[in-house]
Amino acid sequence: MKKKLTLATLWLDGCSGCHMSLVDVDERLIEVAEIYDIVFSPLVDVKEFPENVDVTLLEGAISTDEDVEMVKRVRKSTKTLIAFGDCAVTANVPSMRNHFKLEDVFKRGYLETTPGNDIIPNENIPKLLEKAYPVHHFVHVDVFLQGCPPSADNIFYTLAELAEGRTPELSQRARFG
Amino acid sequence: MSSSVKIKTLTIDERQVGARENQTILEVARENGIKIPTLCYLKGLSPYGGCRMCIVEIAGSPKLLPSCMTTVEEGMVVSTNSDRIKKYRKNLLELYFSERNHVCSVCASNGYCELQSMAQKVEMSHVHFPYMYPHLDVDATHERYVLDHNRCIACTRCVRVCDEIEGAHTLDIKDRGIEVRIITDLDRPWGESETCTQCGKCVHVCPTGALIERGKSVGEMSKRKQLLPYLTKMREAHE
Repeated sequence: MKKKLTLATLWLDGCSGCHMSLVDVDERLIEVAEIYDIVFSPLVDVKEFPENVDVTLLEGAISTDEDVEMVKRVRKSTKTLIAFGDCAVTANVPSMRNHFKLEDVFKRGYLETTPGNDIIPNENIPKLLEKAYPVHHFVHVDVFLQGCPPSADNIFYTLAELAEGRTPELSQRARFG
Repeated sequence: MSSSVKIKTLTIDERQVGARENQTILEVARENGIKIPTLCYLKGLSPYGGCRMCIVEIAGSPKLLPSCMTTVEEGMVVSTNSDRIKKYRKNLLELYFSERNHVCSVCASNGYCELQSMAQKVEMSHVHFPYMYPHLDVDATHERYVLDHNRCIACTRCVRVCDEIEGAHTLDIKDRGIEVRIITDLDRPWGESETCTQCGKCVHVCPTGALIERGKSVGEMSKRKQLLPYLTKMREAHE
């Protein structure tokens, strides 16, 4: 039997919709499980991002100091890094705050929309960056998988092609939105 | 065709084609089934040459020329899809995406947008340039339509259709380059316009989600692409 590849999946500033689409590959999950060992994911109980990961599906934009640390850690330990979905590829919805001042974003998020609250939390939580960024702003990305979310077919196709040692041809299959 | 029209022969993508002397390269290419991508060009409106997607290489000229504005010449050798052109088209499109806030997933035109489908056509995997994230307004003062500057690519199809087809000239542009903005009347809110006839032609020729019908939500704003060809045809029939 062929040696299994290792697969990690994670989301940073994303909504988990891309992961929902990953689960949407339905019965083909069995095939995915036959090709890949899932070594790190919200779907498995591993706390630390492991070394020597073959493929990582990274969902979400980079929005906090913790995200920056994480994306660098992921890049260092990953052979093929996939920007998984529009937030990872373009910063998408998280970037809609980018043309506002951070101060105004906090006011909107914690004060104006929560009557009676006068606290903006700032201890023991990741520090929000001035802007939300696409993944490739910080690290090299090997595969850009567009879509909000990417279709289950495109996710399966991408994972299957990589397992065969081929570069997935996504330009005619995937699009933004 | 009157007998006084001169015919020119030229080569487009290694194919010999015939053209009437006043035709543009784009028109001739399309007549011959050669596809050149466009964003600002729309049949039935005067050509504008703004979007630069239709650039072509002409043997002997170091410059890339917009095929919608370039008239054919005898013996011209035109290349519409070289690696150099493809690279420039992709770069151009990336600049469009980086210049304003094009968030496809929450746009009313998601799935119907020509900018979105062009990104797919030119195989744009991501935007290499840093995004600018400008702070842009949405004019929702009109009772039927919305103008969202976040999604505008300044192709001026709306300006041209309003002037040339509707004859109202409500829409125009102010400023230039990256500061360019579509305005209504003398840069007054659209809802206060005294010239707008509420015809909606601007909305239906807009390639993106910059002009939409009020109340249309994500992925609901399909444009009536047959409107302009139909109007043009009916007017020609009356002439």
